[in-house]
Amino acid sequence: MHEVSLCRSLAAAVTRAAGTRRVEAIHVNVGQLRQVVPEAMAHAWTFVVRDTELDGAALNLTSLPAVLACDECGASAELGPELGFACHTCGSAQTHLSSGEEFTLTAIDVSDDGDRRGEP
Amino acid sequence: MGRFHRHDDGTVHSHDHDHDHEDVHSHDHDHDGQAHSHPHDHADGEGHDHAHDEALAELIGDHSGYQTGRERIEVLEDIYAENDRLAERNRRAFDAAGVHVVNLMSSPGSGKTTLLQRTLAQLQGKVRVGVIEGDIETPLDAERLGGLGAQISLLNTGNGFGGECHLDAPMIARALRDLDLDTLDLVLIENVGNLVCPAEFEVGEHAKAMVYAITEGEDKPLKYPVMFRSVEAVCINKMDLAPYLDFDMDLFRKNLTAVNPLARVFELSARTGEGVEAWIEWLSSRTAKPVG
Repeated sequence: MHEVSLCRSLAAAVTRAAGTRRVEAIHVNVGQLRQVVPEAMAHAWTFVVRDTELDGAALNLTSLPAVLACDECGASAELGPELGFACHTCGSAQTHLSSGEEFTLTAIDVSDDGDRRGEP
Repeated sequence: MGRFHRHDDGTVHSHDHDHDHEDVHSHDHDHDGQAHSHPHDHADGEGHDHAHDEALAELIGDHSGYQTGRERIEVLEDIYAENDRLAERNRRAFDAAGVHVVNLMSSPGSGKTTLLQRTLAQLQGKVRVGVIEGDIETPLDAERLGGLGAQISLLNTGNGFGGECHLDAPMIARALRDLDLDTLDLVLIENVGNLVCPAEFEVGEHAKAMVYAITEGEDKPLKYPVMFRSVEAVCINKMDLAPYLDFDMDLFRKNLTAVNPLARVFELSARTGEGVEAWIEWLSSRTAKPVG
């Protein structure tokens, strides 16, 4: 639901990293538990960057699975849609997520032809 | 931690993952317009199929065909980092003033404001309370909270189109201008009624709690595990309606335990006041200063 504000933060981070270079594509890792809807994100990205330096930059999202790690027995398992947050192996409630909560700008693809953009 | 999908040759790239649990796989991708493929092993022995989501790429424009001096720059920036930094600053301000902060979340209409009303009335004269009121219907809600001895800071989240779906750390920082933290023991944040977004943003609170009405059914912990997992306590509200509903408390508690085995649960009715004492006690016990 807050994909627009996430895209604004994302655009700011991309602009900082790119400097004056033209951004062709950006790469973002999103954990499954981040509750981000990829289609909404893609749509929000197109209108957040429209008429800005980043207009036309492709958004590549990678979904990372939610992985539950047990603090007691050390077991690690991917979270299924119906399984709870107790350890799937020993049943302990002392678990943490080792993956699934990411929202990370991992890389950007840039080119040097920054002048091309905005030319009539 | 396996946070980033990075290959042995150092490239980081994006693609959909299909887990097929084979050890070796190969895939094609574009480097500077030159295509090649390479098989590789994952260190953890887990394999993935790589399938580009072409429909999505088309929707947002695939520019991989450009031949200009294209270069990949690794960034690794957490998009929530800025919010989290501000949240930490808020928390330091709370700690410096010895104020305990509880972030109250729920769906719309669960009875957050009614419970707040009753909580303020019970704590009046015992615990010095501040309220950050962030629900969309704020002017109405804030009126209901007046006259109960609490300092109230109003965040008008209803500006613009449709209003905010959550409170974030910068908003709380703004709200703090209207509170005199040095004269408070406890701050209660009434978040925007929504079971999704508020759970995503740290605001500098010490604990998150939920208000949940039994009219919402038993299944919500499984549908919104992120929020239910984030809280230390759940107030199960509207218990006075239990005789008129088919709410299955055992099933709800089982679902809650599945996503959050450690949550404290308070069955109460904010309207009648029944069961509210245990919640008040829990809140009071968390404030640094003894309640007298």
